[in-house]
Amino acid sequence: MTKIVKTTANILFPFTMIFGLYVIAHGHLTPGGGFQGGAIVVSGCALLLVAYGSSWVFDRIKDKRLAAFESLGAIGFITIAFLGLVFSAVFFGNFLAGSETIFGTTPATGSTLSDFNTGGVLPLMNFAVGVKVIAGLFVIVLVMAYASSIKELS
Amino acid sequence: MDNRTVAGILVFSIVAVFFLFSVFLIHPFGEPGPVQMDDYIITHTQNETGTNNGVTAVVFDYRGFDTLGEATILFSAVAGVLLIFRKVRH
Amino acid sequence: MIEYIPFIAVVAMILIGLYAVMFRRNLIKIVIGISIIESGVNLFLIILGYRDGGVAPIFTSLPPGTKYPEEMVLPVPQALTLTSIVIGVAVLALMLSLVMHIYRKYGTLDVQKIRRLKE
Repeated sequence: MTKIVKTTANILFPFTMIFGLYVIAHGHLTPGGGFQGGAIVVSGCALLLVAYGSSWVFDRIKDKRLAAFESLGAIGFITIAFLGLVFSAVFFGNFLAGSETIFGTTPATGSTLSDFNTGGVLPLMNFAVGVKVIAGLFVIVLVMAYASSIKELS
Repeated sequence: MDNRTVAGILVFSIVAVFFLFSVFLIHPFGEPGPVQMDDYIITHTQNETGTNNGVTAVVFDYRGFDTLGEATILFSAVAGVLLIFRKVRH
Repeated sequence: MIEYIPFIAVVAMILIGLYAVMFRRNLIKIVIGISIIESGVNLFLIILGYRDGGVAPIFTSLPPGTKYPEEMVLPVPQALTLTSIVIGVAVLALMLSLVMHIYRKYGTLDVQKIRRLKE
């Protein structure tokens, strides 16, 4: 594409990615969470794909590595569910909710100001689902854009 | 081909009449019927889950199995797309 | 009568999508019709959980003086709608990949010309 489109995409991409990661990380305090933040980051990556052309991006990012990254997010989600079975005798149990370890404190009832240390096992699940959604949707968009720009099959 | 178009219009009008007659049997907009499960969830979220967000607590803690099924669907969609375009990537 | 207007809007969206699936010949128009039906069903799920004069079910800086189970919107239909939107995206990606593969093999997108299996 032209020089103006490339420069605008270069400036807008870091802001979009930081805003998407903020929505993923604060999923237990404000509206948002894993799925919504993942969709925001993927829209920033699609902007890069349009500005630089799909062949240039496809030659630099190997799609096998991205597919392995998506499986990592799914394995993390299942591991957290099984750890709930080990520590608290229920599948998907919340074993960090009242204890004194990482995300343990309980907020006061009623309208409070936000405290990042609350939430139990929920922020870890938000990160796992966010990684899964980013990698999965980016692979789908990249492979479909590359397949519609080559002229004939071998 | 004309028989097929006439049959299509007949089936479409029957479905439209069914939908328009059953709209007036739902509860009016703004007064939901049974609310006991949601009242329990709203009053006990901050004690049991330890978070301030009601919707995230329902998605990941009270109804976690639905999120597990949705993660499976996302994974199978990515696998299907990568399988259809196998010749293009090499 | 005036409190049934959102439900009539949902029925209109479903009927428009059903017309596009039944009476059009281009494959891309049929896929767009299926996506319109899914949007109508998601809107219906959210409409079912509204209380008059309610706020969002989040406790961080509520406006002072709200009594909480009587003036908050129900949170369970919102969670089910989130799952339904993601399922719609996955099904749309697979449908479009199949349409691209059909076009590469047959050369046309008309539904009434792709009728028999080619050797």
